[in-house]
Amino acid sequence: METVLQIKDLSKVFHQGKNEFYGVDHISFELMKNQILGIVGESGSGKSTVAKLITRLIDASSGTIILEGQDITALKGSRLREVYSKIQMVFQTPMSSFDPRRTLGDGIGESLRNKKIPKSQISKRVEELLLQCGLTAEFAQRYPHEVSGGECQRAAIARALANDPEILILDEATSALDVTVQKQILDLLQELQKKRGLSYLFICHNLALVQEFCDEIIVMYDGKIVESGKTDEVIGHPQAEYTKRLIEAIF
Amino acid sequence: MNDTVTVRKPKVRKNHIKMRLIFFLILLGILLFVTVFADKIVPYDPYEQDMSQAMQAPSDMHFMGTDRYGRDMFSRIIIGAQTSISSTLILVAIISVFGTVMGMLCGYYGGIADSVIMRISDVCLAFPGLVFALAVAALLGGGVSNAVIALAVISWPKYSRVARSQTLALKKSSFIYAARLSGDSSLQLIWRHILPNIAGPVFVTAMLDIGTMMMELAGLSFLGLGAQPPTAEWGNMMSEGRSMLQTYPWIVLSPGAAIFVTVVLFNLLGDTVRDYIDPKNSRQR
Repeated sequence: METVLQIKDLSKVFHQGKNEFYGVDHISFELMKNQILGIVGESGSGKSTVAKLITRLIDASSGTIILEGQDITALKGSRLREVYSKIQMVFQTPMSSFDPRRTLGDGIGESLRNKKIPKSQISKRVEELLLQCGLTAEFAQRYPHEVSGGECQRAAIARALANDPEILILDEATSALDVTVQKQILDLLQELQKKRGLSYLFICHNLALVQEFCDEIIVMYDGKIVESGKTDEVIGHPQAEYTKRLIEAIF
Repeated sequence: MNDTVTVRKPKVRKNHIKMRLIFFLILLGILLFVTVFADKIVPYDPYEQDMSQAMQAPSDMHFMGTDRYGRDMFSRIIIGAQTSISSTLILVAIISVFGTVMGMLCGYYGGIADSVIMRISDVCLAFPGLVFALAVAALLGGGVSNAVIALAVISWPKYSRVARSQTLALKKSSFIYAARLSGDSSLQLIWRHILPNIAGPVFVTAMLDIGTMMMELAGLSFLGLGAQPPTAEWGNMMSEGRSMLQTYPWIVLSPGAAIFVTVVLFNLLGDTVRDYIDPKNSRQR
């Protein structure tokens, strides 16, 4: 299998007054093409920080991020913006991931506008994307506060897909939704993955969900990777002490 | 039944605020109309001296009396509105735009420039405004434009504070991250997403500031550092009549009343705009 994303020794040091601590502590892993890789761990274990590091929303303290053979750890400006056509992210709280003063269609079309695509084509593309994500074309005209959480998250997925990425980072993308809607979003994600050959980095604190959805998982604790491997193996035969506790707490 | 009551309450309140807003906007419209067309409205030439008519009490001929050179006070008040109101609005426009831009850039980029600019603004905020403006105005010399510059120099930090704190709060929200992932450059991000979202609080600050700024400009003129005689301006008109307060009070009282009415109007309008924008008063969506 082909590696699309490679993380080597990635760290992020946070400063709290005079104290320094590792938010992410020298982690390494690889994401293969077409793979769904889950990252689990309690709050504060550094999962979301990993997502922000990979998408370069925050700068790493050390380590390298290699996206399809290209080192993106230190890219800046327009070179970095080119990366965003390969890697995209869906956020935890759908409502706040859209500008409250702009329509959903405006948010979805933003990356297309930035690529200087003519206006007439943008609205057509936005419509296609909305349909693909199980919404109707009229959602383009709505504001984030006028739609439900599930609908908003579908729009957020549509926005991520507007860039035609190969990797999608789902940072607790289903955590803020209720259970039935969660299921619908996961079904949509699964369908999209098959259709487009996407690779997912699925960050989640819900072990049951991860078990159902992911090919492989990484268990994080206190910024470190404590265990990783095939989902069934890790959950069936946990090695690390923390993983055992995590599984006991749920099943 | 209870539901209808709880749902309707905010709506009624909102309508109430809307009525108030419209009322004050109409008053403001009249004031601005008078200011813009002052030349056509004045009953007498505000600069024509007629010693035989000097210091007349208010009468049918001279609604607000005349000053010591026999100039019609009412005409001077109306012409004075042009100087007072336009210079205040220009001043507020300058400081709100400049302060907001500085605040947004500081909040967004952070770093050393942020610290330096914010310390400078702390210094400006630490001085009593009018005293500092006096020093600046004395340095630059008299004149309306110099008074505007003097007040602008010390008044912009208010806006940069508001804009900076709002920007800091927004910067970490997911829709800003999402916009970055959509390929927005920093300037696009500030222009498209941050500015529209902080415009409300900044606008309210500006509305509430108009009254204060008008008082301070009039204050500088009163002290002889703003508009220079014979220019009709409310502050220096009060100053001219100061020595005659006990004998010919209308010379001080009429520009004083003009300042009072205008400042109260702008303050009430500012309050109403604040209430109108406040999401707590907005209709359930």
